[in-house]
Order: sequence, then C-alpha cells, then structure tokens
Amino acid sequence: MADKLKLFFIGFITGIINGLLGAGGGTLIVPAMVFLLGIEDHKAHATAISIILPLTIVSSFIYLQNKIIDIPLTINVAVGSTIGGIIGAYFLNKLSIPILRKIFGIIMIVASVRMLVS
Amino acid sequence: MKLFLIGLFAGIVGGMGIGGGTILIPALTIFLGTEQHIAQSVNLLSFIPTAIIALIYHIKSKNIQYKIVTLIIIGGIIGSSIGAILAAITKAVILKKIFAVFLFGMGIYEIFSKPRK
Repeated sequence: MADKLKLFFIGFITGIINGLLGAGGGTLIVPAMVFLLGIEDHKAHATAISIILPLTIVSSFIYLQNKIIDIPLTINVAVGSTIGGIIGAYFLNKLSIPILRKIFGIIMIVASVRMLVS
Repeated sequence: MKLFLIGLFAGIVGGMGIGGGTILIPALTIFLGTEQHIAQSVNLLSFIPTAIIALIYHIKSKNIQYKIVTLIIIGGIIGSSIGAILAAITKAVILKKIFAVFLFGMGIYEIFSKPRK
C-alpha cells in the first residue's frame, strides 16, 4: 500500500510541475525513479518518456482549451527538435554525459538568473 | 532559421535525456522574447512527436518498466491537469519567476548529481 501511494505521489508531483511549467517532468522523474525506486539509469530514462508522454498530452489539451498556443512557432520548433532528438539519441553513447550535464547545469543556472532579473 | 536551430539544439539535449524543455523555454523567452505561457505550450506540444518516436525505440529495446508506470501515470494525469489549470490562471511574470527558481534548482542538481549504474 505504501509503495502504491509512493508511486502515485511521484506521478502527482511530476504532473504538477510538468503542467505548471510546461517542462521539467522528465528532469524530476528520472532521479525519483533511480533514487526512490532503485531503477537502473538508462531504464529510468526510457520509462520516464512513457510516463511524460500521457501527462504532456493531458496538459497540452488544457493549454489548447485556454488558447495558449502559437501554431507557426510550434511547428518550426517541433521540426528542429524532432531532428535534434534523433541526433541526441544517436550521440548518447558516444559523448561523456557527466561532463555534458555539468555544462548544461551551468547554462541552466545562467538562464535562470537572467529570467529572474529580466 | 533561428527557430529551427533553437529547436534542433533543444532536441539534441532532449534526445540525450538531459531535459530539452529546460533549455528550450529559456532560449525562446530570452532570445526571441516569446511570452512565458506560449514558450511552455510550444515545449509541451513539440515534445509529443519527439516522445512518440523515442518511445517506439525504447519499447523495442525493452527498457520500459511496465510494473511501475500505471500508478505513476494515474497520479501524473491528476497532477498535470491541476498544474496546467494553475499555469493558465497564473500571470506570465509570476510563472516566469517560478520557472526560473525551478531551473536554478535543476541546474544545481545537474552539476552535482552523480550517475548510478
């Protein structure tokens, strides 16, 4: 029972963040699965996508209902990001992820400070 | 072209599983001046085709842990509905600040986290 509640709450918190911020669900759920549920890293990444996809569809539907949408912008970005996604998945095993994580961590902190003070 | 490049870069990061949205949303708001709600909506919608393609690959390579996903998804659907409704009624300025705080925390995590094998 406690385990079932744990799974439910992991999903609930991930969902709130992903819906509220339109991102970040994956960044939260991967460490949650690795550290709280003891799932292997690469399996956690794959499983995260199967969880985030339905949550994203539900949130997208609510954003669309509230007319929070820019179709041309979305199409342009989606074309780039789908191609990029394939490139990224391909390079996943060829680059040093720990170093990349640190580089992106720094980019994220710089961006967050810019967003806070703008 | 600028949009395509931002998307491409975010996709590469997303495809490696380091969180494309946490890069895409600040890139759109900082470099293109996109409004916070719209940037979030762009990220949510553009993730759908990307995730479907990735999922096909992951299902084939049997990396999905089916035993745990159902309950997480049920909790997640309730949470993501509440989150999206909250986003719709929150002012862009406030939403941007909340996003920035989350991004800062995740940035710290990315720098100090150690991979587990």
